[in-house]
Amino acid sequence: MTLRPLFQRSLLAIALGAGLAGPVQAAERELLNSSYDIARELFSAINPEFIAHWQESQGEEVAVSQSHGGSSAQARAIMQGLRADVVTYNQVTDVQVLADEGLVAEEWQQAFDNNASPYYSTTAFLVRKDNPKGIESWDDLAREDVRLVFPNPKTSGNGRYTYLAAWGFADQHFDGDEEQIRDFMRTFLRNVTVFDTGGRGATTSFIERGLGDVLISFESEVNNIRGEYGSDDYEVIVPPISILAEFPVAVVEPNAERNGTLDLAQAYVEYLYSEEAQRTLAGFNYRVHHEAVVEEFADLFPETELLRVEDIFGGWDQAMETHFGSGGLLDQLQRR
Amino acid sequence: MSTRALPFAIGSAPKRVLPGFGLSLGVSLLFISLVLLLPMTGLFGQLAGLSLAEYWAIISDGRVVASYTVTIGAAAVAALVNGAFGLLLAWVLVRYEFPGKRLLDALMDLPFALPTAVAGITLATLYSSNGWMGRLLEPLGLQVAYTWVGIALAMAFTSIPFVVRTVQPVLEDLPVEVDEAALTLGANDGTAFRRVILPHLWPALVTGTGLAFVRSLGEFGAIIFIAGNMPYETEITALMIFVRLQEYDYAGASAIASVVLFVSLALLLAINIWQGRFIKRLHGGGG
Amino acid sequence: MQRIGDAPAVRRGLILAAVALSALFLLLPLVAIFAQAFAQGMAVFWTNVSNEYTVAAIGLTLFITVLTIPVCLVFGVALAWLVTRFQFPGRRVLQTLIDIPFAVSPVVAGLIYLLLYGRNGWLGGLLDGYDIQLMFAWPGILMVTIFVTCPFVARELIPLMQAQGSREEEAAVTLGAPGWTIFRRVTLPNIRWALLYGVILTNARAVGEFGAVSVVSGAIRGQTNTLPLHLEQLYQDYNTVGAFASAALLALIALLTLAAKAGLEWRAARQEAHA
Repeated sequence: MTLRPLFQRSLLAIALGAGLAGPVQAAERELLNSSYDIARELFSAINPEFIAHWQESQGEEVAVSQSHGGSSAQARAIMQGLRADVVTYNQVTDVQVLADEGLVAEEWQQAFDNNASPYYSTTAFLVRKDNPKGIESWDDLAREDVRLVFPNPKTSGNGRYTYLAAWGFADQHFDGDEEQIRDFMRTFLRNVTVFDTGGRGATTSFIERGLGDVLISFESEVNNIRGEYGSDDYEVIVPPISILAEFPVAVVEPNAERNGTLDLAQAYVEYLYSEEAQRTLAGFNYRVHHEAVVEEFADLFPETELLRVEDIFGGWDQAMETHFGSGGLLDQLQRR
Repeated sequence: MSTRALPFAIGSAPKRVLPGFGLSLGVSLLFISLVLLLPMTGLFGQLAGLSLAEYWAIISDGRVVASYTVTIGAAAVAALVNGAFGLLLAWVLVRYEFPGKRLLDALMDLPFALPTAVAGITLATLYSSNGWMGRLLEPLGLQVAYTWVGIALAMAFTSIPFVVRTVQPVLEDLPVEVDEAALTLGANDGTAFRRVILPHLWPALVTGTGLAFVRSLGEFGAIIFIAGNMPYETEITALMIFVRLQEYDYAGASAIASVVLFVSLALLLAINIWQGRFIKRLHGGGG
Repeated sequence: MQRIGDAPAVRRGLILAAVALSALFLLLPLVAIFAQAFAQGMAVFWTNVSNEYTVAAIGLTLFITVLTIPVCLVFGVALAWLVTRFQFPGRRVLQTLIDIPFAVSPVVAGLIYLLLYGRNGWLGGLLDGYDIQLMFAWPGILMVTIFVTCPFVARELIPLMQAQGSREEEAAVTLGAPGWTIFRRVTLPNIRWALLYGVILTNARAVGEFGAVSVVSGAIRGQTNTLPLHLEQLYQDYNTVGAFASAALLALIALLTLAAKAGLEWRAARQEAHA
């Protein structure tokens, strides 16, 4: 009957699907890097370089796989059993969560240079052509006539940096007067036209939907966006004072041990500090530490005072609890 | 012959003379236990870790309550609009012949077939102020994207097939005599439709609208891009669950999810029972 | 013979309203997807579609779908047979239980599987001891896909089998036919169109599921990335054309599915006309 050929075709499709869906790698050692969602192209560029580097120095052919998603969702996946060997995130808290679970060494920030953050960035502004609203710094963002777009601090690490940067600015501007800081933050938050769940959504709202006067995001991101959507139509403003955004890395030791890739994982993270990798990172508009590269790209990154979360908010744990937790300051500031 | 039919129709089942009771019972129970019930223990396991006071504090938080209002309000509007629109579509598809009818019929299933995230991005593109639709509507003072209208629109889009596909088969099965009787009595189209046709369609229409409503309560992917997500104004309940997950707060996420789950299941059960009664009354208990 | 709403003016007005509203509401989004996918021409579209990782994502999505359908089919038929052919206590409850996937939002569906089968879940921890990993591998994706799609076949079959009653099958029993023969010869021909429509809906949902899959997939490129996840990733990368190219592929699968359904119904109508 009609069903029989259909069934045969299904079997064929299963076989075909299995063939296609089968792992891409050969019988070599494989490293899985769990990363944040906008880093796909960055690591697509770095991985082949690392593979070549490893081949050259160790004579072994290896493969590097990538997994990308919201940083928190990625960390949650590892906690629930995703066997990633290394993590490269855009939020310190998401590596800390893994450390609390014993999946990452307790002293992970000391395991590699610069707080285990091979590259960093800060929060900057993207404005429309010729900066019609004359945006220069954070206090311009609390003006009556300015509309903002940045992702929701509740769902996005990017959004949390923006919130903390604004708070840090206000803290300095108002000399620590809590009342004035809160008033500033209230106005700042009220000026937001749309709270997308992630950085990409915010970009779409600003660029493609034409919402708001200022898009606030990582400096690397606003530069990438400007490159992507036309440098004539947008301008990047780096405020004189902003926040230090670290991009933490760590080896997920229990997984790497299980996969027999501990040496590879360690080498991969170390490689991110190499001149070659740092140059690639700078090419993606991230600020780096390697001196030769820093000099080379000096024009790209204006000098700015970078506040540390540890100094102003007493560390990430504390910032998360007092500001972003349920019923925290963010909730209070947005309450009506 | 139509292959589509009422999702829940209740008739009288025969006595047990047919074979396969044990087998079908076994397969069904095994499947329901393994696939549906066993994973639910995870949800209740999370809930069990909360005290009643904690549970209440999570689900009665001001912002979460505001999200219930937004979600239920938009879902209600979407369901009502779909009730009218779906009825019109079902009527036209069943009663009239016209070129392109088959195409229109196929188009009805599109929202089921399209991934919700794609639907969301596309709707946001169309209805934002520089999109094809937004450019037309905004000068008229109707802002769709980033308001609750956009939320309702996304909900309506994803759930329209429920109404069309439940009303359609009932309308198809309606005998010609019903029309004739009404018209020979001298009623005009409007009155005849209201007095004679509508009572027959009522259960299917309510079921379809109810299903559309339930589906809208849980929808996330299609809505999030067009909602704007402003606290207290355009945040939906599914976003509140998502936020809790981002905070690694599984218990909080499970608590809010359980509210949606219970409301949805209660509604589905109510529709089920109400419809069973209605059909029995209509057909005197016959199958 | 006059029917309600047959007056030419009413008829034309209603058809026009239905077509216009559907075009605005349903067709326009579809057009927009294809417009975006081909915004930079056929060549760019093709480059995106033939990308190694896109091909792997298509393969995985089809693989999962092809495995999901028979499972849902067996369950759907068994449940429909059970609740329409037999009277027993708890029938109504059983029927409402299969609606759970409609009442649970997809992200939560993914989460409950993760909480059970993940490393920290009691079952997942047990399996981990035997080095069996279900989550973040294709079995996990398959499991949640089955969860969200399992009601469709049953929901299509139950009302139809109820309406048709079981007189024919009972007659076959009295003639002494064995169970499987009755099902194959009597029941199946009566329900095959509903069965196929259920399969088509299952297929559509399985191909497009995002929320639940995103939680359990791990999103490893080339390995556990389904087409909807891949689409999201491309969108995050500012590759709008690539994202909409994937969306167009998904829409195409949807359209093929709908075309298959329309074709089947057309054949059914013709067969009926001949009969």
